[in-house]
Amino acid sequence: MSSSKETFGRTVGFVFVVCLVCALLVSFSAVQLKPLQTANKLLDKQTKILEASNLLDFAGDDIVATYNRFVEAKMIDLDTGAYIEDASQQEIDMFDERRNARDAEKSSKPENDLAGINRRSNTAVIYLVRNGGGEVETVVLPIVGSGLWDLMYGFVGLKADLNTVKSVIYSDHKETPGLGAEVLNPAWKALWPGKKIFNDAGDVKVQLVKGGAKENDIHGVDALSGATLTSNGVTHTLQFWFGKEGYGPFIAKNRGGLK
Amino acid sequence: MSSDTKKVLTSPIVDNNPIALQVLGICSALAVTSSMANALVMTLAVVVVTAFSNLFISMIRNMIPSSVRIIVQMAIIASLVIVVDQVLKAFSYQLSKELSVFVGLIITNCIVMGRAEAFAMKEKPVVSFMDGIGNGLGYGFILLTVAFFRELFGFGKLFGIEILPLIQNGGWYQANGLLVLPFSSFFIIGLIIWAIRQWKPAQVEKD
Repeated sequence: MSSSKETFGRTVGFVFVVCLVCALLVSFSAVQLKPLQTANKLLDKQTKILEASNLLDFAGDDIVATYNRFVEAKMIDLDTGAYIEDASQQEIDMFDERRNARDAEKSSKPENDLAGINRRSNTAVIYLVRNGGGEVETVVLPIVGSGLWDLMYGFVGLKADLNTVKSVIYSDHKETPGLGAEVLNPAWKALWPGKKIFNDAGDVKVQLVKGGAKENDIHGVDALSGATLTSNGVTHTLQFWFGKEGYGPFIAKNRGGLK
Repeated sequence: MSSDTKKVLTSPIVDNNPIALQVLGICSALAVTSSMANALVMTLAVVVVTAFSNLFISMIRNMIPSSVRIIVQMAIIASLVIVVDQVLKAFSYQLSKELSVFVGLIITNCIVMGRAEAFAMKEKPVVSFMDGIGNGLGYGFILLTVAFFRELFGFGKLFGIEILPLIQNGGWYQANGLLVLPFSSFFIIGLIIWAIRQWKPAQVEKD
């Protein structure tokens, strides 16, 4: 190695140039690819919402058009259960539960943190899925709760009576493949339609049953075999989100007639 | 293609495999081999990063001050990894959701650093580029072999297509729970190393 390139000035200059070139490369690719990435993220979410309302087969390749035609996103205040009617479309589009949960002003600590989420966003965006005649057929409610390894994010699709389950779809989780990750197994997901969240007295009864739910159990679904902690997580997540610190107030307000 | 270039490209696949002989990059080989699709995408990512980091580092090898050469190599590798991660997020969102963490960890994959320091700092750009591709493919060869066994016997599938119908889906095959977990790769990699050394006894270390 020649000594000429080892002077202090040359070394600093060289490092500076390398860093500049690398920074340009990284920022160029990040900025150029941003629109595609945002579109992908949105498409992924819309696909899950259509899946939760059993419209995925109907939509075929045309996710965005189907979504725009049938789905209406609305922001609600979780504590009162009322719609926040003055929320702008942009606020709804940009709503991010995870970001809110980190913001002390936009979230609060649940008194009974069954789901193990630590902080819960004060507001939520829910999705009303209408049929061709304009009546609400499905309400898709986002849920989040601890599994074995990390938080699991998903959606629950309910019929307009806000009690009968249409689907439980997890969109983002880090559970063990083959065990906890079986929450994505179509055979398990097929156990959900028709189950009831509440009993006649209005208590949250939905749960996963270890060893298999009885045939006439309208609140129970088979737990995932080999994944007790994930199954408990799913049960607690559902019990939290349909309880009074989750969608309870919203459901109480709208029971029997969702417009 | 001259025979030298060809040798640089193909020898890392079996004769000088980065995982089996140099025993580099084991950690990511454990994590991403639960399915063939993940292993394939990871292979492509590593091929791209190793090839281009070798190319760029070789191009400026005579200008890099030796006191900061590792840092310069890291800056180049890290930038490439971020670009690959961004591209993956833009064009294959589903896979990037599963792989993003591991793609980020390519930065710490010893194969990339190892080739940059051991090869690209001495050789010309084109041959370094080929060496990068070769080592990426060698890494991928092991990854895909491990993923083949893990996905087939752990999930009864290959590339997500059902081969052995699982009992839980109404079939007859009881999935092997061990192969589902990352550490099972240790056994498979061990068996691959044994198989290669049976075939090429020259790779066996002297006691």
